[in-house]
Amino acid sequence: MTAPDDSLETVRSITGEGYKYGFVTDIESDSLPPGLNEDTVRFISAKKQEPQWLLDWRLEAFRQWQKMESPEWAKLNIAPIDYQAASYYSAPKQGPKSIDEVDPELLKTYEKLGIPLSERAALAGVAVDAVFDSVSVATTFKGKLAELGIIFCSFGEAVREHPDLVRKYLGSVVPQGDNFFAALNSAVFSDGSFAYVPPGVRCPMELSTYFRINAAKSGQFERTLLVAEKGAYVSYLEGCTAPQRDENQLHAAVVELVALEDAEIKYSTVQNWYPGDAEGKGGIYNFVTKRGACRGNRAKISWTQVETGSAITWKYPSCLLEGDDTVGEFYSVAITNNFQQADTGTKMIHLGRNSSSTIISKGISAGRGQNTYRGLVRVQPKAQNARNYTQCDSLLIGDRCGAHTVPYIEVRNPSARVEHEATTSKISDDQLFYCQQRGLSKEDALSLIVNGFCREVLKELPMEFAVEAQKLLAVSLEGSVG
Amino acid sequence: MLEIKNLHAKLTEGREILKGIDLSVKAGEVHAIMGPNGSGKSTLASVLSGKPGYEVTEGSVTYQGKDLLALAADERAREGIFLAFQYPVEIPGVNNMYFLRAALNATRRHRGQPELDAGQFLKAVRAKLKELEIGEDLLQRGVNVGFSGGEKKRNEIFQMAMLEPKLALLDETDSGLDIDALRVVSKGVNAQRAPDRAIVMITHYQRLLDYIEPDHVHVLSGGKIVMSGDKSLATELEKHGYAMLGDAAA
Repeated sequence: MTAPDDSLETVRSITGEGYKYGFVTDIESDSLPPGLNEDTVRFISAKKQEPQWLLDWRLEAFRQWQKMESPEWAKLNIAPIDYQAASYYSAPKQGPKSIDEVDPELLKTYEKLGIPLSERAALAGVAVDAVFDSVSVATTFKGKLAELGIIFCSFGEAVREHPDLVRKYLGSVVPQGDNFFAALNSAVFSDGSFAYVPPGVRCPMELSTYFRINAAKSGQFERTLLVAEKGAYVSYLEGCTAPQRDENQLHAAVVELVALEDAEIKYSTVQNWYPGDAEGKGGIYNFVTKRGACRGNRAKISWTQVETGSAITWKYPSCLLEGDDTVGEFYSVAITNNFQQADTGTKMIHLGRNSSSTIISKGISAGRGQNTYRGLVRVQPKAQNARNYTQCDSLLIGDRCGAHTVPYIEVRNPSARVEHEATTSKISDDQLFYCQQRGLSKEDALSLIVNGFCREVLKELPMEFAVEAQKLLAVSLEGSVG
Repeated sequence: MLEIKNLHAKLTEGREILKGIDLSVKAGEVHAIMGPNGSGKSTLASVLSGKPGYEVTEGSVTYQGKDLLALAADERAREGIFLAFQYPVEIPGVNNMYFLRAALNATRRHRGQPELDAGQFLKAVRAKLKELEIGEDLLQRGVNVGFSGGEKKRNEIFQMAMLEPKLALLDETDSGLDIDALRVVSKGVNAQRAPDRAIVMITHYQRLLDYIEPDHVHVLSGGKIVMSGDKSLATELEKHGYAMLGDAAA
């Protein structure tokens, strides 16, 4: 765990300067004017020099999207979004071929964010496929990974270099018409990440991608596809920070995971996009579709997320447990402070025999934040002996916030065993006073109690991520106790 | 070290509980404050340590030359005031050892001392654990989570030993302890008697004073100190019960 003075430092730096990562890099953007029609889709595809099949795939998605409606079932209060007012493409003009060609100002930005892109990456043992304004600008450690036959590159590069793999798996977990936001993403996605781990290979380092929204009004439509072949293992980290913005920004990402027989994928996210100011102005709208398929027997997919940012979070990382003896896990911390709203959870779809799933969700609400856990556990008729354990804990700070738990359980096989536990608690004045009486400041006390509450989830994160996450928790709750 | 003058305090939303306390505590002394239920003993400890929910309406408290009432609860703690809680609070998921190290380093920073790293801390911890007959497994559990009553009280005294306060307030530390646990806890407290440290014990029973011998005994009743004396006062009380206060308290 991080030393409390670190978190205090972080809190202090926030107090004085507002959102710490709220700076904007001055890079000439090659943006599309606002608007969305078939020509927009064609422009994006052409700009990326995509093959015909992918353009057709996008257009099919766009046609489906046009017939769809934005979902209304989430417990979110969202002002109507004008999809014609957003710009759907922006990218740095020249795509650098190596890290030496990367704009120094861009590197400085990453520096400020603490992203280990240069030597720090090597020290941390992390390969970074850095996504900046939708286009990948640098990929490190590719050589090392290539020796093992691991492919880790931008989505665009994957389309060019490994079209068969992309074509085989793209949309195989999240089809184009899956939902409104996934369809939008499928039509206009700009770039993202692709990883492929060949049979029997254990990826020796954490693969990580840092997303960053920069140009004003340009929505972010990332597409991520990870494939772990038979017996392969990969751990993938995704972390996000965004500069301060005064207007709402739309983000609709899609992440697809495919784990074949005996494969394991661990996907960890720390998300701290700009949540809007204390009055609820600005902030990112985050509509994400994340789904993994355990396609072979004994495959395992584990989602861990720490969601602290965004004005609106709509996100349900899910597992399709198709094979026998497959395992799905979902560990989540979601914080809403000020006027943030989160409706997040997971879906565990049990199709194979002896498939098992675990859901641990920790929701923290402060200020006027609204936090909803929404989860589905479905056991299909053939899923003999399926098991699920769900634990949903909510923590309230103050008396103007809200916590909601909406579990859906559908069991179609009598041998299934499904457990659901839920608690709601308030940080007590007694707990705060006890910590303060031992010399901890109120902010440190709060951070300590919240980190304790989230411990079961945080311990699932890789070490360096866990430290960042703990700092984020403290920062996100700044000002929430009087 | 501690000078309390005409201290009046009430619940923020409620009645007056302390009605003019005068008390002077010097470094090196051990004071016992006794009294019947509802006399204001625990309120005094709460007000001195800065617990929210109380309002001082009159009087002053000077601690080491400073206006104690002007300091926030955490500042008082870092200035060396320690409260051993009557009911220690549980903090799920926070490792006991991590909690203590965070507390100790907050105090050390305040004193201008270097922070202890994990190794140094563990060394210091082990020595104190032995004294208080606490198993190391206790350190790895959540703060007070699932502790027995005796473990909670021992943990409080263990924290006190680690934090080395100037002024320790022990709020009914003997309550809920069996005779063996009482002996261990008392030994722990006695080991911390020092010329530069004052201890104020709040207790119902004379029993504790057999183990921790006070220099002064005060009887609190109806929000005032109605009697003060040496250890023999406690023995008198034990013999006659608080009924003997009758006249004095009136």
